[in-house]
Amino acid sequence: METMIKQKIKEVKKGDQSAFEDIVSFYQTKVYHICLRMIGNAYEAEDLAQEAFIRAYTNIHTFDEKRKFSTWLYRIATNLTIDRIRKKKPDYHLDAEVRGTDGLDMYSQLAADQALPEEEVESLELQSYIHKEILALPPKYRSVIVLRYLDELALQEIAEVLDIPVGTVKTRVHRGREALRKRLRHV
Amino acid sequence: MNCKKEAISLMHKYLDGELKREEERRLRNHLQNCPSCQNHFHELKRSITLIKNTGPTSAPSNFTANVMNSLPKEKKRKNYIRAMQRHPILTAAAVFFILMFSGIFSAWNQDQHVTVSKQENLEIRDKTVIVPEGVTINDDLVVRNGDLKILGKINGDVTIINGEIINGKPNGDIENNLDSSTLRAYTGELNEVNQVYEWVWYQTKHIVSDLFSFESDQEE
Ligand SMILES: [Zn+2]
Repeated sequence: METMIKQKIKEVKKGDQSAFEDIVSFYQTKVYHICLRMIGNAYEAEDLAQEAFIRAYTNIHTFDEKRKFSTWLYRIATNLTIDRIRKKKPDYHLDAEVRGTDGLDMYSQLAADQALPEEEVESLELQSYIHKEILALPPKYRSVIVLRYLDELALQEIAEVLDIPVGTVKTRVHRGREALRKRLRHV
Repeated sequence: MNCKKEAISLMHKYLDGELKREEERRLRNHLQNCPSCQNHFHELKRSITLIKNTGPTSAPSNFTANVMNSLPKEKKRKNYIRAMQRHPILTAAAVFFILMFSGIFSAWNQDQHVTVSKQENLEIRDKTVIVPEGVTINDDLVVRNGDLKILGKINGDVTIINGEIINGKPNGDIENNLDSSTLRAYTGELNEVNQVYEWVWYQTKHIVSDLFSFESDQEE
């Protein structure tokens, strides 16, 4: 599949716009998924995913063919989404507090406040609950968790997508997991 | 083993697939004897399973079509420009040959009128273009089929095609403004082939640089 994508990229670089269609249709689900799980709103996710593909197209000549295209594309998508999240919430207080280990305790309080319905939750309800919990993570933990568990990227690849050291990715994955554990333990 | 410091950090290493054999053994031993860590480990794994099982979300229908419709329109010209940027020398050669075959030779032979790139404040006498004393031209100047006499000043490049600069000793200011690479003062000693060659080359450079400036405007 990588070979097919590589060939298509070459054609797009040569100016064949129609070759881009196969690239979009191949990656649309992944890119849309990343945006949706990070922003939490289908309409905005579609807008962001579209914008990501348009940017990839207009900047295709800056893509180094020796590298993995998906990494480059996800990077555009996550950067756009993170920017959008920042604009929506200029002050993210949770972000600062989670940094220390003690800050994690806050999550148990938050989770306790949101009691789950007693009756058996419908699968869809459960899913939307879990989505909400992912969205409740501060953006920097949310992005690594989404990339790690919903898109199943390796730690190294996440580091490349987010342009941060692998060590930082690990720390964020650990804290993100701890936060989710506390939020989801009652499910 | 300290639960908070060591055991939990080993659990995360395990979840990252980075646990060494020795560490795995120690973690297993600890878990067997510590219900609290057992529970912690179980909750971690379970939360991962939960978020992984939120199911794939397919992109909205027509997503690809919408993206394709939103792309900037690709003009044929842009394709050429991309190729040109990658191969500037080939491009110059190609444009050169296009010009050779597109009637530039005849234009060269037929067009014997004196032409100058701007008329304001300039005098033309016979076949000589004069920049009068006290006049400053703040622009590039191109004179074709005529000589150029500078009594005033030119703040810009001077190009003379099929002509020459007369009045031999321009003052220092002008000298500085005459870039030797753009100044082409042709004398009768150049034979005609060379003149056409130079002229076509001059035209080529202009067409290429126009295209490039057009491109950078568009990218803006
Ligand atoms: Zn323990």
